[in-house]
Amino acid sequence: METGLKETSSITDFRPLKLSGLEPLVITPESNFVNVGERTNVAGSRKFLRLINEEKFDEALDIARDQVEGGAQIIDINMDDGLIDGKKAMVTFLNLIAAEPDISRVPIMIDSSKWEIIEAGLQVVQGKCVVNSISLKEGEAEFIDHAKKIKRYGAAVIVMAFDEVGQADNYERRIEIVKRSYDILVDQVGFPPEDIIFDLNIFPVATGMEEHRLNALDFIRATKWVKENLPYAHVSGGVSNVSFSFRGNNVVREAMHSVFLYHAIKAGMNIGIVNPTMLEVYDDIPKDLLEHVEDVILDRRDDATERLLDFAESVKGTAKEKTVDLSWREEPLQDRITRALVKGIDAYILEDVEEARLASEKPLHVIEGHLMTGMNVVGDLFGDGKMFLPQVVKSARVMKKAVAYLLPYIEEEKLKNPPPASEKEKSNLVLMATVKGDVHDIGKNIVSVVLACNNYEIIDLGVMVPPEKIIATAKEKNVDIIGLSGLITPSLDEMVFLAKEMKRQDFKVPLLIGGATTSKAHTAVKIDPEYPESVVHVNDASRAVTVVGDLLNPDSSVQYKAGIKEEYALFRERFLTRGKKREFLSIEQARENKWKLDWDTFEAVKPNELGVQVIEEFDLEKLVDYIDWSPFFRSWDLHGKYPDILEDEVVGAQAKELFADAKVILKKILDEKLLKAKAIFGLFPANTVNDDDIEIVTSGGGENEEKFIFRTLRQQSKKASGKPNIALSDFIAPKESGKQDYMGCFCVTAGFGTQELAEKYEADHDDYNSIMVKALADRFAEAFAEYLHERVRKEHWGYASEESLSNDALIKEEYKGIRPAPGYPACPDHLEKLTIWDVLKVKENIGVELTESLAMWPAASVSGYYFANPQARYFGLGKIKMDQVTDFAKRKNIETRLAEKWLNPNISDQ
Amino acid sequence: MKTTIHDELRKRILVLDGAMGTMLQRYKFTEEDFRGEKFKDWSSPVQGNNDMLSITQPEAIAEVHANYFEAGADIVETNTFSGTTIAMADYGMEDYVYELNYESAKIAKKVAQEFTEKEPEKPRFVAGAMGPTNKTASMSPDVNDPGFRAISFDELRTAYKQQAKALLDGGVDLLLVETIFDTLNAKAALFAIEEIKEERNIEIPVMVSGTITDASGRTLSGQTAEAFLISVEHMPLLSVGFNCALGAKQLTPYLEVVSGKSNFAVSAYPNAGLPNAFGEYDETADEMAAQIKTYLDKQLINIVGGCCGTTPEHIHAIAKLVEGYAPRPLPELKKTEAAL
Repeated sequence: METGLKETSSITDFRPLKLSGLEPLVITPESNFVNVGERTNVAGSRKFLRLINEEKFDEALDIARDQVEGGAQIIDINMDDGLIDGKKAMVTFLNLIAAEPDISRVPIMIDSSKWEIIEAGLQVVQGKCVVNSISLKEGEAEFIDHAKKIKRYGAAVIVMAFDEVGQADNYERRIEIVKRSYDILVDQVGFPPEDIIFDLNIFPVATGMEEHRLNALDFIRATKWVKENLPYAHVSGGVSNVSFSFRGNNVVREAMHSVFLYHAIKAGMNIGIVNPTMLEVYDDIPKDLLEHVEDVILDRRDDATERLLDFAESVKGTAKEKTVDLSWREEPLQDRITRALVKGIDAYILEDVEEARLASEKPLHVIEGHLMTGMNVVGDLFGDGKMFLPQVVKSARVMKKAVAYLLPYIEEEKLKNPPPASEKEKSNLVLMATVKGDVHDIGKNIVSVVLACNNYEIIDLGVMVPPEKIIATAKEKNVDIIGLSGLITPSLDEMVFLAKEMKRQDFKVPLLIGGATTSKAHTAVKIDPEYPESVVHVNDASRAVTVVGDLLNPDSSVQYKAGIKEEYALFRERFLTRGKKREFLSIEQARENKWKLDWDTFEAVKPNELGVQVIEEFDLEKLVDYIDWSPFFRSWDLHGKYPDILEDEVVGAQAKELFADAKVILKKILDEKLLKAKAIFGLFPANTVNDDDIEIVTSGGGENEEKFIFRTLRQQSKKASGKPNIALSDFIAPKESGKQDYMGCFCVTAGFGTQELAEKYEADHDDYNSIMVKALADRFAEAFAEYLHERVRKEHWGYASEESLSNDALIKEEYKGIRPAPGYPACPDHLEKLTIWDVLKVKENIGVELTESLAMWPAASVSGYYFANPQARYFGLGKIKMDQVTDFAKRKNIETRLAEKWLNPNISDQ
Repeated sequence: MKTTIHDELRKRILVLDGAMGTMLQRYKFTEEDFRGEKFKDWSSPVQGNNDMLSITQPEAIAEVHANYFEAGADIVETNTFSGTTIAMADYGMEDYVYELNYESAKIAKKVAQEFTEKEPEKPRFVAGAMGPTNKTASMSPDVNDPGFRAISFDELRTAYKQQAKALLDGGVDLLLVETIFDTLNAKAALFAIEEIKEERNIEIPVMVSGTITDASGRTLSGQTAEAFLISVEHMPLLSVGFNCALGAKQLTPYLEVVSGKSNFAVSAYPNAGLPNAFGEYDETADEMAAQIKTYLDKQLINIVGGCCGTTPEHIHAIAKLVEGYAPRPLPELKKTEAAL
């Protein structure tokens, strides 16, 4: 029958482990170590757990996709969490993955401790999977039953070194259990031995416990035993466990992982779950650290643990000290240049480049040779998820410095020997621009830098670029791709306009869309249909490289483009049909259902100081404590909540470094007073009139009295019964109530000086710090808005004089009253900024201007209203109907067409 | 239990039959003919339900099988391409699934035995055909809901198990899981067959034949030829290969992949070229044979026949052609056989 496999195995040659998704994965002895993607695991990734909990499967799929794009050859999927219906989540997620060819091309590892989840998973995947895992824990009968079924479903299996007695924790027990498991599988079940993968249990070392001393060595020895005694079987494990006792000391942990893997792979381990960002290159481990770590891993000395602990203290957070280690300066020239680029060290780059120039025939060769070799390493590491965005931007800084140094020599060379026209090989040109009326460019600059690092030539037209200029430049320079960025909602329409214009002018180049307000939905529904060529929404800088690469790769671009077009068409169709279910009220009905506060018992708190006040030259020092840092990290594509992000498993080290760099610039800004913060605000008598308008009175009555009206917008989608359709005007007492109410408005800026400072860094080819300055200015502006709101609540208005909230509570908006800003969800209409500017004379008083798209300049500014009503809360307007748009235009006395243009992103398509 | 098909496979290239549907069209059966006596009062139209003809027009089915054996085929497929409760639901005939599979197997087996008796040196075999059904287990029929599935693994497994049991009861020599668009459907069929093997304590030679849908080189469910092979080779198969959708020439590169990587025999039964503008197959027998010659020159295959548009003329030309050629060497036949 099905025995005989084992007997014949010793005489036949190697049998590879073959797995499949849409494509094959064949693991032979020559294969490199197979890395299993581990982020799609609810037990290992808090983010993935949250997304599954909230049923945000699209984003969860993005994690899977990132893993595959980042080089994972298998993806491990685990839904074992007490609060999740694991079986349902597993099936749903696997079914969705099956519809994503760029994910399902790799084999799946179905990971669960529950057999019913494993079996449900096996029933929905067409390729050959790996089951993770089974063991003898519950006895032979169950083990055989499960193994038989796994074989019948056509999957490979991970077998844990675990039996009825417990988990194998020494060499002998490991051997005993795996031998028994193997014999049962091969002899009784007829399981193909090449489809067996043993997880030999990686346990921590250097815990201080005597019995843990051999943990790593036993694993390595057992691995060797398996490879020598159990034909064709494989060995895997989760590596990060080994360094568990050094949590918080990533220098040591990374070294431990590398050392462990180095020896385990030599012994025969060929599959594993390893976080690539927690891995030092074995050869790069400093000699002394290496010795200490190997002493522990290989249990070479009795006092190995104590010695490593002592040593660990000295290398704790030694990222800086490492750069002081100058031994690398003795290495060959190319190695030095590559290292400078990878590590972002600019201290020696000019002398190295000079050396390279003298050794090269032409100065251009230094760029094409030495520098590009180094940048390719950076590109690969970034692509593999081994470098993070801030590091890449630092690399670009070094690169730019080197190129700037070489340019005069290249020009000189050109004058001496003009190259024949045919020799000018054109590199791929990417045009980048922030669209007309928009001033935000942090994201665009990051994408530009990252693309530049990957050998694309960038034409950056800057901010507020009119469409004519984009079109003209694209034609003149014959660019290969156009990238548009924008942060405020009117920019979305600018992008649509550009897409139409590109179609009219018969453009063929792909169009990239990015920026905070852009979305795949908007791109698919509004932009993509206007332009017959490729339109791709790029949501973060790391994706930009692969997208641009795919779009320009002559071999695969046709297929890729067709795929994108189809994907967006499908997405659009789904999006539009999904929206159809929504019901709307007419604006009259919505007003009927307004939020009715009890005005009879209401008594407004009269502000202590009515009228307008200006704050000139505010001291930034006072704002530092008010900064919400989480968005700062987000602007660098590092996701997580401050301060937890600094200790995050994946991005923690990088976040810490970025934070340290930010603090340097922050100190410089404060010490040298490089940025100026100004503010203006006013508090006025106010009442709601005609449902949705708020009338305010300035100058406190008398002859100078002037009336202004803020127009608000009302939610129109049909609500569950009892839930109101809200407008901001609902928070102010209506005139007919006979009660006098109040409201305020404000504008703060921390942006003066940003441009000059950023330009200074740019002139020095230092994009890293240029972006840093802008990101910090944004944080200061937000902090200022928070600070001012607090002062208003406690003093100037004084309705919450007793309030005492921590910064954390402020960020969580635990205060009474709100400060909504035009352009944001409660009042997405930017037009009302014009009224604020009129009321406060913002431009005249503090110099903050509005662009034609009503973005504020300088960009690091915040403006908005103050509402004091204790019941006031933030809400989202959502979609509205044309009847309200027409009504709004009439109230504002503007053309409907104009109102439609400004409110467009909020107008329902139905 | 030792089946002689293994001996025959080692000796020579075996010839599979051609299209059943193409031949049945020649009879120009009317709605009346389809219904026969048994279904004369059936509530819905049944014309086009070819599988049912095994019950209502058994002589015609037997004649087609005989024509193919006459032309030189070693193996004929039962007239059961849609013989599952899932596919028969279109006609409301789920209850007749066992009967039509059983009858189809008996008809074919009887004809095969007659030919084997006449020519003992060329034994004839019957393969129980198990088609893909009209639903897919790893793809959603609804573009708006990619996570939706119209059929589950268990539903497929149950339906295939019923079909396979009926075919075996009717006397087929082997089972042929064919025209696989979605590998997951095939895995459910293989799972069911394994269960029967265990329950009845028998061995069943199984042929598996996938379908590469177009020049992308992938199945409808997106797998490459090699990924498809890896996904089905966990069972000891008699053969693995491809059929339908493409002509002989277009199929060559995918046969090369499977031939180079499979430890089992390799089968191919392409269409008579690609359909013309009217959806008809007009490649002649000689044209098709000329393309199949490439398979033989390269020693890619062990079993060859025809799918859509092929006739006894095509099979005759192919049978003539293969006589002069050695089969593809079988690396692991020994192992497979030992396991049987």
